[in-house]
Amino acid sequence: MAIEVRIPTILRSYTGGEKVVQGSGDTVRDLLTDLDTRYSGLRARLITEDGALHRFVNVYVNDEDVRFLGALDAKLTDGDTVTILPAVAGGAR
Amino acid sequence: MLRIDRSILDAIVAHARRDHPDEACGVIAGPAGSDTPTRHIPMENAARSMTFYEFDSMQQLRVWREMDDRGEEPVVIYHSHTATEAYPSRTDIALAGEPSAHYLLVSTRDPEVEEIRSFRIVDGVVTEEPVQVVDATVDPHAVQTYMFGQNPTTVDYECSSR
Repeated sequence: MAIEVRIPTILRSYTGGEKVVQGSGDTVRDLLTDLDTRYSGLRARLITEDGALHRFVNVYVNDEDVRFLGALDAKLTDGDTVTILPAVAGGAR
Repeated sequence: MLRIDRSILDAIVAHARRDHPDEACGVIAGPAGSDTPTRHIPMENAARSMTFYEFDSMQQLRVWREMDDRGEEPVVIYHSHTATEAYPSRTDIALAGEPSAHYLLVSTRDPEVEEIRSFRIVDGVVTEEPVQVVDATVDPHAVQTYMFGQNPTTVDYECSSR
């Protein structure tokens, strides 16, 4: 099962500069575990120590934010595209 | 250094003034690798807060895709501080996720003063940079007087001392 994963600039140091990589898994969680076997350290940038998706990372399956699809339990099917974007946030607080 | 058109800067400041006292945020896209901001995209502050901003995640996906399709990248990411100076807060630094972008901050704390500063934020390190505002609408052949540090078509803002 092939999933195309789009990697943002800030995380390309983990993928040897690659903008798009391939992975596999039935859920986003499985996909990130699979990617981490080849791109060590990537998973830790996306998932907190408690095992939840990091608050300021956006992960999309095709056109949907995974937060609306069950977060890390979001289901994947062959041919899906997963996009990772760092949230753009900040402020005076 | 950030080189930016006067018309784009005016649009950023107008957006910040309009959303005051909430923080405003947005992107100036430009051709990838050009370091030239050309297309102003005001973004919705999903946090709707006076002390925090966050792009709406679905709008961000659409805008980032559109930039990708057009061969653009986010050259400038801007937001406003509405009661404090135009300098990155700890939150700004901790959450900065675009190492190749110019982070432009606008302070709207004084309605009479246009306070803008630009920074690089890479791996938690903030580096201020000068801003050169290019005024494409000025006729360079017109007779006019201008102050030291300016010429008829550009204005340079040096880094503030801090």
